[in-house]
Amino acid sequence: MINRHNWRSTVEAICIPLAALLFSLLLFGIFCALAGADPFGVYASIYRSAFGSWRAFQNTLLRAAPLMLSSLCTALPARLGLIIIGNEGAIVVGGLGAVAAGLTLSTAPPTVVQIAMAIAGIICGGLWIGAVGALRHYRGVNETISSLLLNYIAIALLNHLVGGPMRDPSSLNKPSSYPIAQINMLGDIPGTRVHYGLIYGLIACAIAYFLIQRTTFGFAARVAGGNIRAARIAGLPVGKLTMMICFLAGSSAGLAGMVEVAAVHGRANESLNANYGYSGILVAFIARHNPLAATLVAILLGGILASGGSLQRSHDLPDATVLVFQGLVFLVVLFSESLYGRFFKEGSGVRGRESAVTV
Amino acid sequence: METQALGWWGVPLAIAAGTLRGSAPFLFVSLGECLTEKSGKINLGLEGTLLTGAMSAYAIAYLTGSPWLGVIMAGVAGMMLGVIHGWLSQQPRVNDVAVGIAMIIFGSGIAFFLGKPFIQPSAPPLPALQFGTWSNLPQVQSALQISPLFLLGIAIAPLMQWFFRSTRWGLYIRAVGDSPDAAKAMGISIFKVRMLCIIAGSFLAGIGGAYLSLYYPGSWNERISGGQGLMAVALVIFARWRPMQCLYASLLFGGAQAIGPALQSVGVDSYYYLFNASPYILTLLIMIFTCSPKRTLNGAPGALGQ
Repeated sequence: MINRHNWRSTVEAICIPLAALLFSLLLFGIFCALAGADPFGVYASIYRSAFGSWRAFQNTLLRAAPLMLSSLCTALPARLGLIIIGNEGAIVVGGLGAVAAGLTLSTAPPTVVQIAMAIAGIICGGLWIGAVGALRHYRGVNETISSLLLNYIAIALLNHLVGGPMRDPSSLNKPSSYPIAQINMLGDIPGTRVHYGLIYGLIACAIAYFLIQRTTFGFAARVAGGNIRAARIAGLPVGKLTMMICFLAGSSAGLAGMVEVAAVHGRANESLNANYGYSGILVAFIARHNPLAATLVAILLGGILASGGSLQRSHDLPDATVLVFQGLVFLVVLFSESLYGRFFKEGSGVRGRESAVTV
Repeated sequence: METQALGWWGVPLAIAAGTLRGSAPFLFVSLGECLTEKSGKINLGLEGTLLTGAMSAYAIAYLTGSPWLGVIMAGVAGMMLGVIHGWLSQQPRVNDVAVGIAMIIFGSGIAFFLGKPFIQPSAPPLPALQFGTWSNLPQVQSALQISPLFLLGIAIAPLMQWFFRSTRWGLYIRAVGDSPDAAKAMGISIFKVRMLCIIAGSFLAGIGGAYLSLYYPGSWNERISGGQGLMAVALVIFARWRPMQCLYASLLFGGAQAIGPALQSVGVDSYYYLFNASPYILTLLIMIFTCSPKRTLNGAPGALGQ
């Protein structure tokens, strides 16, 4: 059913993000040139180390997996008009829950342990962000700020637990929990170096897309996000919706924490706090809170993250270069929001979401 | 170390000392955020501004040998970030909270990128005023070392309160923040007022950063701010958008921040990290108890978040 209106908004939805990405590449090039590096050389090595070979691409996919899951933590509540940036905290808490489950059940069959770890990650992360939703609904606490504060509280909790009650005495320089048995770890997808976390990410994004676009639950959430008063008048259970969406959001980020623990680190330590949370926010915004688009954007951003090391080695740029790049992309993408509907006079099908932020 | 001789009496003293030293960044950032929010916009990106301010102050002080020049440059660097935030957050359909998150990433990226060469060398620190010479205890003397920059911040708070209440410009800002339509009818340019408020607010936040790197803790590294810029947003809510209360709230937060290290110095370190998180926990509790879904908060600018 493609009519003129749809066609125009589709063109906008494809062209504007692409133009934004190109423009941020241009700005980043200028930045590199000012910093004394050859911009084209930088682009070439980003491309080479992100997508240049199958080996490099596997590195990219490894980083994309937690980004997909983490981005859902911002993308789902955005449908309700909530800006949640507690991804990092939910990842940390989910990882802690997964480690706790993995350690207590260490004698059970591996499949059981893995399922238990995933469930623990989902529940811990879900409750963490679910609390944000509950505070928002019952106390009117701004969700952006409460989720942000919870990030810092989660990191303190992590430091406290791995430095004290959960500490493995043999981890001297880097306080860590006891390791999960090798047999209980998530393995790699056969024939690759990419762990099963990627599959988790893809499935979670697909489920999230289906939930938002194809179910009455998702429809209700979108209605409430569009106009909360109208939703209340229509009798939608706004509070329940808020908390459920927040729980689902947190549980995806919690799953990301479980994947990091069960597939990468094998134990909980400060590596859990690896900025996938903040990058996940960026993924959600570039993907315009669309879970399917988030998979592609996560791969793109995963590539940029994967190229950090090579920028350091071959161009003598500090590792913060990737952070500058992310910031520039984010700013340009946000600016591009204001372009929708400007080029076609009648067709303004895709609208920027007005958020219901009250402080 | 220094509290050991005093035993447990060292704990309240260390907290008092930490309050006097650690409150200044909160104060500058929250005054900056207060000014910004009074005009009806939120600047979540002050965390990036704080880091950029800290970095540029340290770099300039190291390169020129003058810490005060560093302080000014920190403010100027903050203003530059403010220009980006002020312009971008006022474009149609662009959400100021989202721009703030982007500015955190961008600002800290810039600070880490440009600040990399300055992690090792040591810059001349800001001088301190000695208020403790009446005491024989060296602990008391060192606790009462106060930076003139902090005193400047304390002076700005009542000044800003007076500015909002009794000046024409203060009225303009309140009008823009409370009811943009009425302000427009008065012939005020909303864009200009907000832009100026955000730039001036970012200037103050940049100076808060300079305090971090040039006075306390007094070195530049990538973990120097640790969320203080973000807490400013919560602090301003707690202070009900009143500059004088920003001062009291900053003292409270500075004190909360000092609890963990103070207890550690007398050997209580099993809950060190949790005590370190106390400013965040405090903020969250304050918000839970003071917010309500039924009404907007007392004193909140009417156009905030719309």
